[in-house]
Amino acid sequence: MSASALALSPAAASATAPAAPEIPRGGFLAGWWAGLRLDRIALRVLALILCVAFWQAAAVHHLDLGIVTFRFVPAPTEVAAAAWGLFQSPKLFAHVTNSLIRVFAGFGVAALLGIALGLVIGRSRWLEDTLLPPLEVMRPIPGVAWIPLAILMFPSSELSMIFITFMGALFPVLLNTIHGVEAIDRRLIASSRSLGAGRWSVFAEVVLPGALPSVVTGLAIGMGTSWFCLVTAEMIAGQYGIGYYTWESYTLQNYADIVVGMLFIGAFGMASSGLIKLLGRLLMPWYRIQERHA
Amino acid sequence: MSAAVSTQKAGRIELDDIAIHLPGKVRFEAVRNITTTIAGGEFVSIIGPSGCGKSTLLNAVAGYLQPSNGRLRVDGEAVSGPGPDRGMVFQHHSLLPWRTALDNVAFGLKMSGVGRRERRERAEEFLQLVGLRGFSDRYPAQLSGGMQQRVEIARVLINNPRVVLMDEPFGALDAQTRERMQQLLLGIWGRLRPTVLFVTHDIDEALVLSDRVLVMTHRPGRIREEIVVDLPRPRPEDISVSPEFIALKKRCLALVQDEVRQSLVGGLEVARIELPVEA
Ligand SMILES: Nc1ncnc2c1ncn2[C@@H]1O[C@H](COP(=O)(O)OP(=O)(O)O)[C@@H](O)[C@H]1O
Ligand SMILES: [Mg+2]
Repeated sequence: MSASALALSPAAASATAPAAPEIPRGGFLAGWWAGLRLDRIALRVLALILCVAFWQAAAVHHLDLGIVTFRFVPAPTEVAAAAWGLFQSPKLFAHVTNSLIRVFAGFGVAALLGIALGLVIGRSRWLEDTLLPPLEVMRPIPGVAWIPLAILMFPSSELSMIFITFMGALFPVLLNTIHGVEAIDRRLIASSRSLGAGRWSVFAEVVLPGALPSVVTGLAIGMGTSWFCLVTAEMIAGQYGIGYYTWESYTLQNYADIVVGMLFIGAFGMASSGLIKLLGRLLMPWYRIQERHA
Repeated sequence: MSAAVSTQKAGRIELDDIAIHLPGKVRFEAVRNITTTIAGGEFVSIIGPSGCGKSTLLNAVAGYLQPSNGRLRVDGEAVSGPGPDRGMVFQHHSLLPWRTALDNVAFGLKMSGVGRRERRERAEEFLQLVGLRGFSDRYPAQLSGGMQQRVEIARVLINNPRVVLMDEPFGALDAQTRERMQQLLLGIWGRLRPTVLFVTHDIDEALVLSDRVLVMTHRPGRIREEIVVDLPRPRPEDISVSPEFIALKKRCLALVQDEVRQSLVGGLEVARIELPVEA
């Protein structure tokens, strides 16, 4: 018997639902931009300009506030000149590509391992008890402290550096994944089992998508912390990398170049974290809808 | 599907001296000595003081919990775990937030390996059955509470279950929506005839819907009395003002109130008990 043969009398079936909530139109990108109104964009740009202006004034006038002094801080104009120099340098391409490869390789491995470990640890108490304690001990150890061991453990300095960016990204991904899995509503699992889902289907249909928002958050944070460890990692480097460039400028006392390196790292870190969040939005259109109606 | 409808016997639930223990700070007995048989196609409600073990009993029939004593069988087979032959509807929907209404309804068919095209067609039919034609592409968060429960019901029914378990399914809805949902459920039940085991704290609801009402005692929950609701079907909308209905309601109310009182007298050990909202 088919359901259409069962269709109820119009009176019961068309018991129309109360005023339906609005459906977002124009896809999520439209919604994303709609959130940033023009006056707010203007305000943000203005705030940035004011910061740079303050920095310029403080540096030019050697502002001294007692505990913090701007006497040796390069002014934005000097930094701009140094940046121009770097942009014209034939080494720029090598600096950027080397750093990108190190960050993305370390981050990529951390993402795969962190998500995989997080999913199994979140699902199994036994694995949580056996795997989590050693990981928790390693978590507070900063990248700098890993340098000697990293050099001893890996055959090439390239791998040692990737190891350090990897350690930087691993824990945010791991812990957010575990949290995402453990926060899944048990009833979703129960009812999907009542609908015929087996172990694998529960995992693929409920656990994975349920943990995804938290995983994406972990990835975005991990991407940031991976860049965060770049200078540390590239202290090992021989000649290329933005972190190496920054560290070398310090040893050579090229203060303006240091700031250029810092800003590069900041900009790349922000852009790649933003990219992850964007991918997350694309992957989970339902998530924003849910947030909006919560 | 036709088999389930034509054979009256499908969906027979036998509870034979069931006891269920729950883990807590100390493991305690939630229900005890539950013995009853629910015929295939019967609509049975369970009422009783809050915390008396109604949900626990339902969860055992669903297969989420194992009884610590007694035998629990559906159509002669021991229940060994959850399965699509026994659908469950909770008070708050448990739809997958990342699936549209249509895909949620089609979930059971996907699990049993039905092809994408066919399962979408059938899911559309079941959405229509619960009066949600045109809402296929909505995510659960974009639906009202009543609509979410309709999707939940469609999602359970598409599996052609022998038994539908409902744990205060309309408890979170406003009075008007609740009444409409009751009529919808009765209409569907009349056509598909699954066995329905329906937990509620609303005596009117139990009497409007059921063939039989099981009144449970305070914790550990036992069956205090089985009340046969011999009101004619289909039941008119003003059934709740008929003298027969009122007589039944008084009986139920007296029993539940007595149990609530007893649970409060013995109250120190069940200090966590909440008063039923409407008793
Ligand atoms: N997961 C649990 N752990 C410990 N105690 C529980 C748990 N779930 C319910 N209980 C207790 O078990 C008793 C029965 O609960 P339940 O079946 O939910 O009652 P009802 O549905 O009749 O209100 C209650 O006293 C409740 O406090
Ligand atoms: Mg309950």
